[in-house]
Amino acid sequence: MSILIDRTKRVLVQGITGREGQTRARLMQEYGTQVVAGVTPGKGGQQVNGVPVFDTVQEAWEMVGALDVSVLFIPAPIVKSAALEAIDAGVKLLVIVPDRVPIFDVLEIADAAKRTGARFVGPNTLGVLSPGKAVLGMIGGRAASARSWFFPGPVGITSRSGGITSSMAYYLAQEGIGATTLVHVGGDVVVGLPHPEVVKLFQSDSETKAIVMFGEIGGSQEEQVADLVEADEVTKPIVAFIGGKAAKSGTRFSHAGAIIEGNRGTYKGKVERLREVGVTVVETFGELPQATLAILKKHGISL
Amino acid sequence: MARLHEYQGKSLLKEAKIPVPNGGPARSPEEAKALAEEIGGAVVVKAQAWVTGRAELGAIRFVDTPAAAAAAASAILGMQIKGYLVDTVMVEGKLDIKREFYAGVIIDDQSQAPVIIFSRIGGSGIEEIAEKYPDAVVRLVIDIQRGLQDHQARDLIRQVGLHGKLQLSLGNLLTRLYGVARRYDARAAEINPIVLTPEGKLFAADCRITIDDYAVYRHPELGIEIAREFDRPPTELEIIAWQVEKNDYRGTFYFIQLERGFSPGEGMIGFHGAGGGGSMMSMDAVLNRGYKLANFVDTSGNPPASKVYRAARIILAQSGIDGYFASGSGVASQEQFHSARGLVKAFMEHPLTVPAVIRLGGNAEERAMAIMERAQGEIPAPIESYGKDDSPEFCAERLDTLIQNYRRPTMKPAGKVHPEPQDPYTFETVTNGTVILDHAACLDCETKICIDTCVPGILSLEGEVPMLNITHEQAKRGGCIECLACEIECYFEGNQGGHIILPIPGLDRV
Ligand code: SF4
Ligand code: SF4
Repeated sequence: MSILIDRTKRVLVQGITGREGQTRARLMQEYGTQVVAGVTPGKGGQQVNGVPVFDTVQEAWEMVGALDVSVLFIPAPIVKSAALEAIDAGVKLLVIVPDRVPIFDVLEIADAAKRTGARFVGPNTLGVLSPGKAVLGMIGGRAASARSWFFPGPVGITSRSGGITSSMAYYLAQEGIGATTLVHVGGDVVVGLPHPEVVKLFQSDSETKAIVMFGEIGGSQEEQVADLVEADEVTKPIVAFIGGKAAKSGTRFSHAGAIIEGNRGTYKGKVERLREVGVTVVETFGELPQATLAILKKHGISL
Repeated sequence: MARLHEYQGKSLLKEAKIPVPNGGPARSPEEAKALAEEIGGAVVVKAQAWVTGRAELGAIRFVDTPAAAAAAASAILGMQIKGYLVDTVMVEGKLDIKREFYAGVIIDDQSQAPVIIFSRIGGSGIEEIAEKYPDAVVRLVIDIQRGLQDHQARDLIRQVGLHGKLQLSLGNLLTRLYGVARRYDARAAEINPIVLTPEGKLFAADCRITIDDYAVYRHPELGIEIAREFDRPPTELEIIAWQVEKNDYRGTFYFIQLERGFSPGEGMIGFHGAGGGGSMMSMDAVLNRGYKLANFVDTSGNPPASKVYRAARIILAQSGIDGYFASGSGVASQEQFHSARGLVKAFMEHPLTVPAVIRLGGNAEERAMAIMERAQGEIPAPIESYGKDDSPEFCAERLDTLIQNYRRPTMKPAGKVHPEPQDPYTFETVTNGTVILDHAACLDCETKICIDTCVPGILSLEGEVPMLNITHEQAKRGGCIECLACEIECYFEGNQGGHIILPIPGLDRV
């Protein structure tokens, strides 16, 4: 199994006629994702890579049937309206790729999603990829690269950095460790599916045997994961790396999340809290593959 | 995040009918004096700077007369506080304080909602107060649809034991504060302290409002120069970089100077990252080798070659750097040859005179590395490029070695200059760039490589020369994605038919 995406999911692409939308729709199709419809207001009736384009999500739903997922390639100022449209139409999983979405817009999306039981990955996410199955968003960039970089295996990967999502999976793969699913939770402060939610999904996925997490300074996602482990809600072994050790307090890099707020959110605070509950935290990114191998071995998990 | 000055924040509070002391900003002692006269009686003169602990630094002064206000202003204006040059003071009527409270609205990542916080004890050291007297502080998650209801606000105040008219007016203040936060897309909006006077009136004595960077475009009325967090005013280079970012929506370019006024030999590295996570690890790798970072740059999210070029030019404008380190996540989704072309163009024009290590792992990395290698002979300083199988630590080690073994040229070599075109065919690009194809050179060109390598395929052969196969307007609207192939690939084939001028307003002056 895998989480969030596999070959059976029927996927809509909002903004499919744009530069990014077109390119990424092709990546998804070539990798194996069932892209069944696209939506761009005012461009209904066209086709993109053989995918029919509709004016509204409701129309797409009526014409092609139920939609499991919508991937959004939409300019940030109108992401809210596109996301609410998908939620209203009944789509239960959204992948919001663009960055710079105003935070109050994200809060409104989160609120609407909660009310209808929908979920969203992002914003500011590269997406989700289940090796050998399907991809949402743009992880891997090209299908051929994605096929040569990632392969299936026992580890669930969750990351707050887009580039690092691929890097982790690639460097693990070099050691022979494959993955069930790669999730880039998104780089913003408020994201729909933060680490603790993704980790819970991995916990209930039977094929995921261990979890590898790339955390970052700022926010409380990693501390929340520690809380889950402490409460025994997550029992699978976790290996983590926290980025931003050298970052100056108050200096913010391009991830909106990397802000140090009080004690919560500091490098030291996160590492200590995770170690306290038994999570393996490595000091350098380079140690991650070996540490993961060791954990798998210790738990008798075969590759 | 874009922080507002106290006086700016107070004008928003006032607009929302939250009482603030009488007063306003002054930029000279005369203005301060005039304001003090207008206010009458004792006033306070406060430096407008984003630092805490202004009072201890002598940047907040209480005075009794307009003349003393002028003197206080002249002492404070021009002060350097934690690297911040004070150019504005705020002059306000002095409040009689009976009691102080705290109120704040912040966005909470865990509840994915705004949260309002109220403390029945306010004033400086609010964080310690909250720790010491947890019972004094109450919080409530706000429903984004309904907003903060009056009864919720009053009940929050009730929970810390405040009643009667005070409860009503504090409740009122909280709902208005939330209104300001929501209306102006604030990431955080705090009033500290809220002062209760002996007459029973409430005033917002100080405030801190931070606007969401991503929503700054909705609030042109706030006049925010750079929608980025700085704990000091932006530098000249940062303003130039922000203009580049603002005028080009493709990908992200972030630039911040971490050190200034350094000279060669101090171990400062011009840092060029791609993606937050990869950048952080790459920075750690450089720092662990004992170097310092002159700046932080991130070009990510699939930026065009032109944006990477401009970023590199801005990094190189910091003349005292000893090395250039470009490194991202290592396994980038974007096609890396765009970045390689941007870097190479900058390195050849500006000529790079310090060693550079470029880690370009990701899609099409072989092509990207080939471009870097091809450029080596054209650049006075050594460059090495690496792909996804080389770690940031290894790359930082290589940079260290190159720097150790490098002797800077005593004379700055001239950069690559383009010959005057004999038969120019030109069109404009989306960022006010100009593509010049010298059809006189193109006539003799055998490969016509620009046509095959132009990423969007907008060049076609007409007669013996490349021309746009779209209109000039389409090219300007973004049809030409500024992939720089028609300059770089052409040049590497031994021709000089293509040249792209990409202006960076203001950079020549630095
Ligand atoms: S490669 Fe250069 S010289 Fe040749 S046709 Fe293109 S622009 Fe002209
Ligand atoms: S004309 Fe084509 S090759 Fe030249 S910069 Fe524009 S997109 Fe690139």
